[in-house]
Amino acid sequence: MNDFFGLFLPAFFAVLLAILVAPVVQKHSGAVWRSITGIKFVQRNGVVISTYLLVAVIAWVVFMIILPQAYMLDFSFRHNLPPGKIGGPEDVYTLKNYQYLIFGRPGDEEMFNWLHLGVFIRTIVASIFVTLINFVICYPIAYYIAQVAKGGQARALILFLILPFWVNEILRAFAFRILFGTSGVINAFLQTMGIIDQPIDFIRADVALYAGLSYAYILLMVFPLYNAIESLDHNQVEAARDLGSPWWRIHWRVVIPHAKPGIASGCTLVFMLAAGALAAPQILGGPSSFWFTQIIYRWFNTGGNWPQGAAYAIVLLLACLIFVLTVMRVFKVSLGEIAK
Amino acid sequence: MSADVELDHVTIRFGDFTAVDDANLRIKEGEFFSFLGPSGCGKTTILRAVSGFLEPTEGEVRIGGQNMRGIGPNKRPTALIFQNLALFPLMTVAENIAFGLEVRGVDKYERRKRADQLLELIALEGQGDKKVGELSGGQKQRVAIARALAVEPEVLLLDEPLSALDLKLRQHMRTELRAIQQRVGITFIYITHDQGEALTMSDRIAVMSQGVIQQVGDGAAVYENSQTAFVASFVGENNPFVGRVSAADKDYAVVESHFGPLRGRNVGGLSAGDQAMLFVRPESLSFANGEAAGENVIQSTVLNSEFEGSFFSVFLRGEGDKDIVMSMTNSGRLPEVEVGGTSRLAFSPDRALVLPKGEVADE
Amino acid sequence: MSSRQIQNLMIFFYIILFFLYLFAPLFMMGVAAFNDVEFPQVVPWEGFTWRWFPQLFNDALMVEGIINSFWIGLGVVALSVPIGLAAAIMMTQVYERFQTIYYTVVVSPVLMPGVILGISTLVFWDRLGTLVDADYESLYYSGMFLTIVGQSTFISAYTMLIFLARLQRFDRTQEEAALDLGATHVQVFWKILMPFLRPAIFSAMGLAFLTSFENYNTTVFTIQADSTLTTVLAGKVRMGTQPDLAALAVLIIGITLIGAIAIEVAKRRELAKEAVAREEAKRAEHAADMSLAKAPAQ
Repeated sequence: MNDFFGLFLPAFFAVLLAILVAPVVQKHSGAVWRSITGIKFVQRNGVVISTYLLVAVIAWVVFMIILPQAYMLDFSFRHNLPPGKIGGPEDVYTLKNYQYLIFGRPGDEEMFNWLHLGVFIRTIVASIFVTLINFVICYPIAYYIAQVAKGGQARALILFLILPFWVNEILRAFAFRILFGTSGVINAFLQTMGIIDQPIDFIRADVALYAGLSYAYILLMVFPLYNAIESLDHNQVEAARDLGSPWWRIHWRVVIPHAKPGIASGCTLVFMLAAGALAAPQILGGPSSFWFTQIIYRWFNTGGNWPQGAAYAIVLLLACLIFVLTVMRVFKVSLGEIAK
Repeated sequence: MSADVELDHVTIRFGDFTAVDDANLRIKEGEFFSFLGPSGCGKTTILRAVSGFLEPTEGEVRIGGQNMRGIGPNKRPTALIFQNLALFPLMTVAENIAFGLEVRGVDKYERRKRADQLLELIALEGQGDKKVGELSGGQKQRVAIARALAVEPEVLLLDEPLSALDLKLRQHMRTELRAIQQRVGITFIYITHDQGEALTMSDRIAVMSQGVIQQVGDGAAVYENSQTAFVASFVGENNPFVGRVSAADKDYAVVESHFGPLRGRNVGGLSAGDQAMLFVRPESLSFANGEAAGENVIQSTVLNSEFEGSFFSVFLRGEGDKDIVMSMTNSGRLPEVEVGGTSRLAFSPDRALVLPKGEVADE
Repeated sequence: MSSRQIQNLMIFFYIILFFLYLFAPLFMMGVAAFNDVEFPQVVPWEGFTWRWFPQLFNDALMVEGIINSFWIGLGVVALSVPIGLAAAIMMTQVYERFQTIYYTVVVSPVLMPGVILGISTLVFWDRLGTLVDADYESLYYSGMFLTIVGQSTFISAYTMLIFLARLQRFDRTQEEAALDLGATHVQVFWKILMPFLRPAIFSAMGLAFLTSFENYNTTVFTIQADSTLTTVLAGKVRMGTQPDLAALAVLIIGITLIGAIAIEVAKRRELAKEAVAREEAKRAEHAADMSLAKAPAQ
């Protein structure tokens, strides 16, 4: 058995258990610790329930959240070994999975792995682009529902907003295929109107993918925006208008600053979901718009190199993390505000 | 079955804060005992310690002679009526009442029978199938009591149960509660900040302030023979006069106050030179305008008089902006009092108490 | 027209356009489901037909996917609802200072990309499996098991939030009253807390099942050789097959609409019942006042 496992697992577990249990368990001050039942937490909940609570929460937090992430991180630094060789002499740490992403195989003609790096960079850039489109589309609607629409109308609009998202994301992407395909609705419409002669290959031009991705996350942008804008006292907008401010300035100086947490929240969510999207790129993506997640999927599926896949996944996670931190810095909001 | 409750040097501390400081008393079985004091005095804390939701930091709580340390609220022979009643909203009235029996495994028919008996006791026969939300405030009170009685506790604890009710209902419930207690015969421990309640319902009262039990005794003891300045001022209306004792023997003491020498009963055991307060109740003061100045005569100006129904309150101001209250029973004639005029008040030394200077209750 | 009116008109058009954009795909799908053409499309329209619907059910792969999704959904409910409940209760009992850390940790799976959750679950259990030298057929490698675990990682956060919201309104003194009357902690849990949480439990179960059913990003890694409805769908869609997919979409929309209406009706009835009870209480209060006024003071 590997030293890492022998030490890592129990040590990690013990430390985590201590950290988790300590704030909850409280020794009764001044009293003698006679038995487990002396602990205030147990006194409050009874032995049976206390056990249930602790087991459930620890199982979740440790075994489903923390340890898997830790193992994935660990895994990404290992060689791709067949089961027989794991734990053996070849099972050492290596940086090669990460090196591969940047430099490609040693002996390649190019210095950098432009194939994969290119996909990574394009995924990030495209996700930012999708986030911006999404924001521009959703802001007016969010503003309208939050500030302009009356109670009943607002509720109805919200209902209509939610309805399309009851449909599975895959079917939604599929519907976009129907819309944007070479023999799809939009092309047929444009051709009958005489605007174009040949069908436009929307898919190849990535238009389908961007439209599809923006569409998919509308709800996740509208609601944080709506919540943030709704809390703005409408009188401020009125006051600004009274003072002669044109509508775009009202938004720029009054509404948007107030809605910053909502904007940060919405943008973060949309970016992370877009960067991590898999179904939409698979369905709507043309040959030139390969998504980073698709590469990761390949490593696990046909590529058969899980550690490599894990390394790429970590890189994706880091990208998301950096984005979140940047947004937090730029918008000057805290994590708690976003998490709501 | 009823039990006595003993507090043996019970002290309860929360971090640096002492909520109850060395409480010592014994509540007799079958007694209606009240803890009386302003909010924050520690009475709720004592109640929670007796019912088992708190363990004392020091000392012992004994019920029926048995030390209750380590015994949880579900194992103690006590039942608590919460201030907000805490009835179970999702259950019917009968289910609420029978809950204690249900958790003890009593079968359905037996439970229903017992619930019906209790419904009769609290005058709510036939209403067992109503939901709690459909009852009036007074009805909910009674259901809470029935629910507690169903488990046949040896001690019933009541946490300011009448504070949320309006005046008429409160007066009605006072008599009801006392009647129920005498019928059922178990020990009642009642906490309240309303001294009228405590006086009318209890066999004995413990007056508390800031964690300390100031005096334990029956209504008369606490009212007529208060042992501390706090008790004298908190229970009922009282007029305190501060000064130094100029002469004292075992029966009487004379306090040199703003208004001159005032003599009262030396219940505090004070000697000459001590700082003291003399207390005389409004009903013990009378107008003495015809008499000459002398001992126990107070010169003052009338501010106002109020008609309280069965008596009059007259508010006067003495020298040095000292407010005095006196009361006269309504004998059918208006008092010969002139607002703004000076009056002389007098009282008998036997009706005044001289106590060590101390904390006085807030208005 | 005044600039204000133009503005309002523009806004009006925008909203129409927006909702058109929102509903267009669904509408397309509705039409394509009935179009009598081999390839799912709206134009050219070849005539109305029902034939894609039965074809849906003859597809063995699809049926297997649906069955697997169903069992996984149940598994996720069985796992994430108790966990979410425990986490919510814990949250209310943890010291104030630790509440933000606790909250951040448990909500983090929701913020992570689904693919990361799938990969980490897969890798973790795979490693555990090799550690204990587990059999290939065992739990450690089972697609169904891993999918249940992977999905529950973030779905438990959702259920926790539902329970937290409901718990905020819980009157703690009821628990104390029950204890005082002699109930054990387990009895208090089942007889007092659970009935109160019942609506939240149903919401949580519903949400957990639906979220699990339609999950793709996490599932596609953990399911390995098996399949769920979503992975089957994705496979078929990439191969661009027949309109039976559109038929499926229409079915799903139909079912959800019915479900949404049913929930709305149930809510209305619940509110009506509460209003009646309150009226009852007011009448009782009034009656009590009257009787006291008449009765002489005792």
